[in-house]
Amino acid sequence: MQPVGAADPLRVDIARKAFLSAEGETLTALENLAFEVRRGEFACLFGPSGCGKTTTLRILLGLDRDFEGGYALPEGSEGRVAAVFQEPTLLPWRTVEQNVRLALPAARRSLDLDDLFSALGLSATRNLFPDELSLGLARRAALARAFAIEPTVLFLDEPFVSLDVATANRLRHLLIDLWSSRPTTVLMVTHDIDEALNLSDRIVVLSPRPAHVAGIFDVRLPRQYRGPQVMSDLKRSFRQKFPP
Amino acid sequence: MSGGEAPAAAPLKRGRRAGRVAELSPALTAAASLAALLALWALAAALWPSRTLPPPAAVWAVLVRDTLSGEIPFHLAMTLGRVAASFVIAMAIGAALGIFLGTHRRADRFFNPWVILFLNVPALVVIVLAYIWFGLNELAAVGAVAVNKIPNVVVTLREGARALDPRYTEMAAVYRLTAVDRLRHVTLPQLQPYFAAASRSGISLIWKIVLVVELLGRPNGVGFQIYTYFQLFDVAAILAYTLAFVSIMLLIELLLVQPFERRATRWRRRPA
Repeated sequence: MQPVGAADPLRVDIARKAFLSAEGETLTALENLAFEVRRGEFACLFGPSGCGKTTTLRILLGLDRDFEGGYALPEGSEGRVAAVFQEPTLLPWRTVEQNVRLALPAARRSLDLDDLFSALGLSATRNLFPDELSLGLARRAALARAFAIEPTVLFLDEPFVSLDVATANRLRHLLIDLWSSRPTTVLMVTHDIDEALNLSDRIVVLSPRPAHVAGIFDVRLPRQYRGPQVMSDLKRSFRQKFPP
Repeated sequence: MSGGEAPAAAPLKRGRRAGRVAELSPALTAAASLAALLALWALAAALWPSRTLPPPAAVWAVLVRDTLSGEIPFHLAMTLGRVAASFVIAMAIGAALGIFLGTHRRADRFFNPWVILFLNVPALVVIVLAYIWFGLNELAAVGAVAVNKIPNVVVTLREGARALDPRYTEMAAVYRLTAVDRLRHVTLPQLQPYFAAASRSGISLIWKIVLVVELLGRPNGVGFQIYTYFQLFDVAAILAYTLAFVSIMLLIELLLVQPFERRATRWRRRPA
């Protein structure tokens, strides 16, 4: 029920997570789900829709404490856990900049955010309200909020869904650039294998429900070599190992 | 308006200007409507001359005379002070209880009958009991008015608290917002429409009850004065006090409540 204790990697060891369905039946969402994400690594949690990826993330974020087992966040994570949800979840009654600053602890509220905003192309929109932004820009603001707190671990829950392909690709590049200049341990949930192969160092593949780790796929290739040809080879070998 | 050199330009669409005229015309309509009411009153008073239906001019004369003598301002100030005190107390206690009940389901289930009971206790009963139990004093008067309003505030804000968006609550939990920040930046802005609704119906309810409280057990205030003039059958004075009081309440609505609401909801007004 409690974090297992401090350690450098992100360690997940969830014995069981069950839901009570509306009919009163017990649905087991996760069973013996155990994996690690090394410090500074970009990992993806990949699996079929509805297999429990988001449930796992909610447990790691401390939003769901009703499970058996435990997990350990990287050392020094107290108050330095960031998340980008499926929806941007910006407070509509605060400007972009206020939204970002609110995530900072009081002592660091007046931090200089110019670099972060310009890296994300938000300099011109930092004083707008979220409703005035396109979805792509709102997602960038959510990324800004996450990186502003200099997290020791960053959780991303399908942060690029419902964007058009070009916008999503631009944001993926932005994310990688940002992460390279501000390294942190990342765990991203996705059901898009191209996205997973493109972004991550390793992919944690989940089985259908009740979810456990079906296998680990390491992408040892530096990101600048991941061109279209290489990507299709990577995808083929991934599919050989994990047939859909 | 149109440039002289532009050849055969299509007629311009004038959205902004038209909008400003449209903004002005409701005020004009309201003024015309009030003037018509006044004319109707003057006509009725002229057709059926009676001490119990004085013409507008007579009421105006009383209003000017008693305003200059300081009588109306004094009683108005007493009443407004009671309205303000009861309003603040009712909103603070009602909001705290409402938010608590809206976010704690078991407490809500237990206390809901209390809320329904107090919602349906007549204002007069609360006032009379307050005077009997606590004496004919200011605290009993203001307290009785507040108690009359609190259940309404509780019900409105409980509804608001039930509708709080869990996504924002979770965001606040992940980013470790302090309790004060959560209240100020996450909870209260979501409750703003409910606060607006509660305070709007609150002010109009409270000032009516304050007059009753003054009539029953206070030696001053608009309610006390109206009661005095009722015993003298002085309708002109009664109407003068009513007019003075209603105008003050309208000014409060126009100058305080509406600008505040506009400010609080400005993030909603801008188009995407």
